Amino acid sequence: MIAIVDYGMGNIHSVRKAIESMGARTLVAFGPSDIEACDKVVLPGVGAFDDAMEELEKKGLAAALAGHIKARKIFLGICLGMQLLFEGSQEAKIKKGLSFLKGSVKKFETAGRIKVPHMGWNQLEKVTRECPLMKDVEDNSFVYFCHSYYADPVDKSITAASTDYGIDFTSVIWQDNIYGVQFHPEKSQEAGLKILKNFVNL
Amino acid sequence: MLTKRIIPCLDIKESRVVKGVKFLGLKDAGDPVEVAKIYDRQQADELVFLDITASFENRKTLIGLVEEIAQNIYMPFTVGGGIRDLEDIRDLLNAGADKVSINTAAVKFPGLISDASRKFGSQCIVVAIDAKKVTSHPKTTLGASKPEITSWQVYINGGRTPTGLDAIDWAKKAAGSGAGEILLTSMDYDGTKDGYDLLLTKSIAGAVTIPIIASGGAGKPEHFYDVFTQAGADAGLAASIFHYQELSVRQVKEYLLQKGVAVRL
Repeated sequence: MIAIVDYGMGNIHSVRKAIESMGARTLVAFGPSDIEACDKVVLPGVGAFDDAMEELEKKGLAAALAGHIKARKIFLGICLGMQLLFEGSQEAKIKKGLSFLKGSVKKFETAGRIKVPHMGWNQLEKVTRECPLMKDVEDNSFVYFCHSYYADPVDKSITAASTDYGIDFTSVIWQDNIYGVQFHPEKSQEAGLKILKNFVNL
Repeated sequence: MLTKRIIPCLDIKESRVVKGVKFLGLKDAGDPVEVAKIYDRQQADELVFLDITASFENRKTLIGLVEEIAQNIYMPFTVGGGIRDLEDIRDLLNAGADKVSINTAAVKFPGLISDASRKFGSQCIVVAIDAKKVTSHPKTTLGASKPEITSWQVYINGGRTPTGLDAIDWAKKAAGSGAGEILLTSMDYDGTKDGYDLLLTKSIAGAVTIPIIASGGAGKPEHFYDVFTQAGADAGLAASIFHYQELSVRQVKEYLLQKGVAVRL
């Protein structure tokens, strides 16, 4: 059973629908017991870092997610859900992140004549072939991005794919049982559905 | 590389896709769910769904229809029409929308863009601007004509109500308040198929650092090429040429790719 965390940060139905279309069973997780009941967790999310952390803490979800990761169960963060894995964000005024991974979340600089948010279809490059989430996902595959901030891990070896937007930023992370994608696989047609299928098969 | 986006727009009235010329004379163009599925198959980069009468008739957007469309497509999806407050935005995001497009309410309630972008993130807040050209002919004191000045005025309520706002000023203010994107429609070019308003688009794109979706006037692939290469647009939106199958999304993309514009194919 795959838990999809609903903490009031945007639409979770697209992710759920996409995962269920792979034949997997899902559960919308509102509290810690829902997470404990599942062997995989998806943390989606759009919106502000501080608000997201506040909701996760208030609902007891932050502790439950820590327990999930400590039990070496599979975790996938999507977009803001990936950023929350890190220690903090330039977007955050009050809150620290979940701190499962070392590093911080930074804002794209517009000075290089790029527009922010980074919005639209961009490519995955330098895909780590060993990463099970990226199985059969080719370099230069197009996926859909919609974000102003990006994660900058301390340990660069956890970057499982990068994307060029003024700079090369980390678009996929992988460390043991923790996966994160900055783009929206559920909105990325062919390549995105392949990634979600890989996740279901992990 | 980030690619230029081709975005079919579904103008919705009474649960049907409609399309008019210069915001008037609406014609039926099909069932929204079926139209959305066709665009999903054509690999459109996004869809925009505007409940065009919602704001004027003070109706809420048809949440059920949004849910149904979202159930049938695996691509990003923007919804607009009748959005008044944070509650409306939350309802639409929960129904399956990835972004919301705010037009009338953004003008009427100045705090809405900043509240919404703080709450839900800039990336899902699109400010839609309907702009109409204003040409003034300033005279010198001696009565000789100076060069004419072109500006654009913002209209709300589906193009029915002039606001007195200058479109460039308003775009800057919207971006400064946290809008993640601007959906810019030229009321003068809308439905004409004569091409996008390049001067308007360029003026707005040059004034802000957020992405611009150009809208109004697309009639052939060259128009997309022009608005991307000459006016700095990040996405080209069109309705009638796609709905009536005069052109497919793929044909536009093939043309652009052959001309050296980065698109997803």
